[in-house]
Amino acid sequence: MRVEDLVERPGAWLSMGPETGVAISSRIRLARNIRGAAFPGWAGQEESVQIADSIFDALGKVSELDGALVLKIDQLDPVDRQILRERHLISNELVDKGEGSGLVVTRDESVAVMVNEEDHLRLQVISPGINLDRLWARIDAIDSSLEEHLTYSFAPDIGYLTACPTNVGTGLRASVMVHLPGLSLMHEVEPVVKGLSKIGLAVRGLLGEGTEAAGNMFQISNQVTLGQSEVEIIGRLSEVVSEVIVHEHNARQRLMEGRESQVRDLVGRAHGILRQAHLMTSREMLDLLSALRLGIELELVRNADVKLVNELMLLTQPGHLQRILKQTISPEERDVVRARMVRERLAKLTIEKDLTRDAT
Amino acid sequence: MLICENCQINPATVDFTHVENGEVQKLRLCAECAAEKNIHVHGPLSLTDILFGLGDENVEPSTTPDHACPSCHMRRSDFRKTTQLGCPVCYETFAAELAPMFKAMHGDVRHVGKVPRLEQVNVELRLLQRQLDDAVEKQDFEEAARLRDAVREANLTKRADAN
Repeated sequence: MRVEDLVERPGAWLSMGPETGVAISSRIRLARNIRGAAFPGWAGQEESVQIADSIFDALGKVSELDGALVLKIDQLDPVDRQILRERHLISNELVDKGEGSGLVVTRDESVAVMVNEEDHLRLQVISPGINLDRLWARIDAIDSSLEEHLTYSFAPDIGYLTACPTNVGTGLRASVMVHLPGLSLMHEVEPVVKGLSKIGLAVRGLLGEGTEAAGNMFQISNQVTLGQSEVEIIGRLSEVVSEVIVHEHNARQRLMEGRESQVRDLVGRAHGILRQAHLMTSREMLDLLSALRLGIELELVRNADVKLVNELMLLTQPGHLQRILKQTISPEERDVVRARMVRERLAKLTIEKDLTRDAT
Repeated sequence: MLICENCQINPATVDFTHVENGEVQKLRLCAECAAEKNIHVHGPLSLTDILFGLGDENVEPSTTPDHACPSCHMRRSDFRKTTQLGCPVCYETFAAELAPMFKAMHGDVRHVGKVPRLEQVNVELRLLQRQLDDAVEKQDFEEAARLRDAVREANLTKRADAN
């Protein structure tokens, strides 16, 4: 299997799960390092390659990773690297690395292990919806299997030692991606975000650290990694995210009761532009797809489902567009190609008539 | 489509927020203009940055000697630049610098999560040693004797494991 084979399929984290809706996907990552070795950012080239070889070797022995794709970053062309980043399988940092770094990813993309990124190992498990308990059980098992073949760097007082001191302890970051158009329309996102940061959780935009919330997508994650057990961290995050989901449903209900025209207008306009535009930046598309997703979930839209929205979000990114068209495209051309793909995929989309108001 | 506010030609792809003298300025730029202005799209300042004075370039450089890690030779000044440590031993080398940061981030706490199988005996030993110190301090000699035996036994297990 090659990177190319991934392109046309949505990753596991964008498939539909029973719990999908406000919560789009969940992920947990563990940072681990090899005892006695310098961290990747400080290690020399020779040491990095040596460490990477031993890690790839150990990963090959873990039964949970049977049949996984093994990718050395220096052997991938720039578009392949971009595709992996757009699929959230590797970070920006790994994209820029050379020999001695890479990725091991299962065929369904639900487990991805970055080798020699900021830490020697970044184990990551992903699933649609919110399902952190099951994700923890899975990553815990993989981590324990790996421990049979590698010796981790660990200190009894401060736990797993990581390149950045902000990850020390459990080395665990759990996050849930949520879609909050209702709270956004009610101007209630800001207090929620402030509240979350007050209780030690981080909130970021769709595209990760330092980005604005494109398409009303927010990633909520834990910040504290020391002094709480993995189960405590995950339990707390799950509890808080569940509350956010209740708030979002509540906001949508209030919107449909008090400001239905505004909601229908938003969805209808998004429908119009998505179906008719010939130039579309990715930012504009994400905002319009957010309105469309809301319309689908409120049953205001016909002949479109959330799966289609997810697919568009993934496939219209620059790396994917170039691989699908099998050619290099400039940023200006991308907007043309993106608009065309959106028009084609949403050709059958229709808006549900408002029977109580529209004269038919 | 949004046009770059600098060159007025290319589509804007970078949202740039600039803060100067408390004035917040927002600009939408194209990739070329952003690169020209030397703007890198990066995350907000982290706690590490703030605690180590990276957020403020006016902070006086420390006058204490710039000691290096005996294992990986990273110096404290390197750590300030990269905000990442060089190797696991750095945690001991720079313990004095790291302690206030851990305290600020997590409170006065210890790791209570998962422990690798090979490390379990070390974690147990550390706990017993702490209890033993407490018992001695409280002059509870009966308890101290019991704990001393437990420490001895754990050490034996550790040695047996190592062989």
